Amino acid sequence: MNQKESLFSSKNLKLLTAPFNESNPVIVMVLGICSVLAVTVKLQPAIVMGLSVTIVCGFSCLIISLLRNTIPNRIRIIVQLVVVATFVILIDQVLKAFAYQTSKQLSVFVGLIITNCIIMGRIEAFALGNKPLPAFLDGIGSGAGYGAILVTIAFIRELFGSGTLLNVRIVPESWYIQNGGFYANNGLMIYPPMVLILIGLFIWIHRSFNKNLIGK
Amino acid sequence: MKFLHRFINKIKPSFEKGGKFSKLHSVFEGFETFLFVPNTVTAQGVHIRDCVDLKRIMSVVVFALMPCLLFGMWNTGYQHFRSVGLVQNPADAVQSFWTIFWFGFWKVLPIIVVSYVVGLGVEFTAAQIRGHEINEGFLVSGMLIPLIMPADIPLWMVALATIFAVVIGKEVFGGTGMNIWNPALLARAFIFFSYPSQISGDKVWIAGLTEGTGVIDGFSGATPLAIATGGTGDTAASMTVESLQQQLPSIYDMFMGFIPGSIGETSKLAILLGAIVLLITGVGSWRIMLATVIGALGVGYLCNLFAANPYMALPPYYHLLMGGFAFGAVFMATDPVTASQTNTGKWIYGLLLGMIIVVIRIFNPAYPEGVMLAILLMNTFAPLIDYYVVGANINRRLKRAKAKS
Repeated sequence: MNQKESLFSSKNLKLLTAPFNESNPVIVMVLGICSVLAVTVKLQPAIVMGLSVTIVCGFSCLIISLLRNTIPNRIRIIVQLVVVATFVILIDQVLKAFAYQTSKQLSVFVGLIITNCIIMGRIEAFALGNKPLPAFLDGIGSGAGYGAILVTIAFIRELFGSGTLLNVRIVPESWYIQNGGFYANNGLMIYPPMVLILIGLFIWIHRSFNKNLIGK
Repeated sequence: MKFLHRFINKIKPSFEKGGKFSKLHSVFEGFETFLFVPNTVTAQGVHIRDCVDLKRIMSVVVFALMPCLLFGMWNTGYQHFRSVGLVQNPADAVQSFWTIFWFGFWKVLPIIVVSYVVGLGVEFTAAQIRGHEINEGFLVSGMLIPLIMPADIPLWMVALATIFAVVIGKEVFGGTGMNIWNPALLARAFIFFSYPSQISGDKVWIAGLTEGTGVIDGFSGATPLAIATGGTGDTAASMTVESLQQQLPSIYDMFMGFIPGSIGETSKLAILLGAIVLLITGVGSWRIMLATVIGALGVGYLCNLFAANPYMALPPYYHLLMGGFAFGAVFMATDPVTASQTNTGKWIYGLLLGMIIVVIRIFNPAYPEGVMLAILLMNTFAPLIDYYVVGANINRRLKRAKAKS
């Protein structure tokens, strides 16, 4: 390493922040939609899922980047899978040990992090060709960008679909029709298809601020 | 009229480019073309432009909906007074006609006002932001939405559903003429999936029944479809077709519309009057209406052959009289934007539509009414049907050309 680069140079910082905006994995690259549909009914599982993906993505990118010069090109997908699977199993076991309820709510979707397109995408597109530190920051950034969308959607879905946030009641009981009020929970928010509409709306709002993303 | 015309021409320049109110151009244009037939002519080539533009066509449909609306208002009142025991049958209701009508009028009017104000508000805003003409499509949707709602629906749900239908169902696709699904049905589907307890079940179809004050003992607000669903599953074992038919309202009541249901869908007579207007003016497609009826009757007869439960053994014409079949076939399926465009396509579209409606009704106990879902499904497939019909036509003509040469 002949030129020394500081840990948080503007280039590295960019890797960390870009996934929140112009290269967001969900609303720009449209990756990882399946898990967004599945785990965003409630806010708590979404936060846990976002954190898990961030950790898995960051560390897998780091390891793959360290190994990048030794992995034979023809079997690289298998090596990547082994690394990702290791971290997924670690996360799964930790959740089962310390957050059993959340782990039950997430059910298979923790295991399915392994198939999350964002992780494989970042490894293939970035970690295989970059030094460990940028690869790690890129992985953390992408995971967090995914988590940010996850949490926002879960916030909307839990608030309007169940009237609660983190299982704390936000909409007063007395508002509901069955208690003589006028309000009712929006059942469509509980259904997965609504997430596609919400993501569509996010993309709409996001692109109206980032005109350069609009395809010709 | 002359005065109005002169007034509009006088204020016109201030809305043109560079005028004082040029920002509100699309609003002004909307009102002007609503009041008078526009004098636009084609710029190039020779074309004949019919003076019957989209706004005039929409007015015809709204006019055709009037019998349904008026009867719906009366029926809303009639069903309410029946539930509290003040009237037993339509003959009783003659002398208190106006009391009944006004009750329903004040129940239905707020829904219409909310639907139009919210929907047109969204349309005007969208037109202003995007700088295009105001779409006239909502004139019909705004009238259809109240007619397919139960009388007791909370108004904020109507408002929310209307916003959803216009923004997600229409504006994101590019406005009137670009939408894939019928906006009015989308509004209903939104409420159906979001707030199922306000739009399904036995209580919601009659005004005031959910509160239950003064309701006579043993009164059930079940719609014919809900009763007919009793002819499937576990309850069907102790039932014959005859006993099911006895539980259902009489054919006469179902045809005239003295039954609970969505506001505008109950009276088949009023719908027939509307259908005649649509058919004479050529606004609605007779192919779609006929094909839908044939499709429903066909599957109805097929079910009769097997008749595994009383619902399947019910005479097929019951399906035309129950629920929203007639309303959907006449006013929703024939929507020129979302239906198939080709003549062959219209036949396929209508036949499949009628078949799916009856299949959902009989074989899916979770959804007693299949019209809404079937039409939305067929709306999705309409472009595909057209694509293959057009493709087949091209191939046929190519073959003919080859044979001649």
